[in-house]
Amino acid sequence: MRGGIVDISATLNPAGLVIRVNETRIDAAVAIEFKEAVRAAAEAPGNPVILDLSQVGFLDSSGLGAVVAVMKLLGPERPLQLAGLTPPVAKVFRLTRMDGIFTIHDSVPGRLKAAG
Amino acid sequence: MVAQGSGAMTGRGQAAATEPIRRRFISGDIATRETLIEVAEALTAAGLSEDDIANAELILAEALNNIVEHAYAGTEGPVELEIAIARDGLDCALRDQGREAPIGYPPDPPLPAIEPPLGLPEGGFGWHIIRCLTTDLRYRREAEWNVLSFRVPFSGLD
Repeated sequence: MRGGIVDISATLNPAGLVIRVNETRIDAAVAIEFKEAVRAAAEAPGNPVILDLSQVGFLDSSGLGAVVAVMKLLGPERPLQLAGLTPPVAKVFRLTRMDGIFTIHDSVPGRLKAAG
Repeated sequence: MVAQGSGAMTGRGQAAATEPIRRRFISGDIATRETLIEVAEALTAAGLSEDDIANAELILAEALNNIVEHAYAGTEGPVELEIAIARDGLDCALRDQGREAPIGYPPDPPLPAIEPPLGLPEGGFGWHIIRCLTTDLRYRREAEWNVLSFRVPFSGLD
């Protein structure tokens, strides 16, 4: 975890560039690496950039700050959207009112929804 | 979700008899993460709801991050955590030997201004989150220790 690689994968689909976070926690221990990993993955083409957070069960304000930082780095021409927020992660966005500045999808758009 | 006015409150009653959760560790981001995972497991074993566990984990994360970033600020030292499981909430205390807090009470800052597209805050949320989800939030200096105590009320009890 420390100084390690944050596990993410990027896929281009009809809805945009989907960056899936394969980590269960985005916290102070990985916030900087997370920001850098997503920024690097977003060098691939595709618009908008959709961050798939469905595997993330815990996010603190450091993690939230990293997501906001990525959004600012990408700029208004390349909006960062969010998908698949688990209840604990959705709560952090709601409590800080940051849910209002992101387009948030229940699940990743542009592909068939998983059963259930 | 929780039966109202049933006096029995069986699940909570069992939780009330649980021993306090205690952890002592050396401050750091990784130690915070590992401690939170252990605490969440202990709270799951005590029968708390996912929502209550998520609240506790988030609040503790914000408070422990503050200890790493501000109290120890580049140094490290001991952190003690204690969580007593009551029938209607968690009574939590965090102790550290870092720098004394600049004001004698827990900060109560407003939520950072959100002014898109450029004025988007990347921090300053921690105390807001703690204040939103706790009651009885208190800070005191005890000998060489900072002591932050608070209660995390269980949701869905009223």
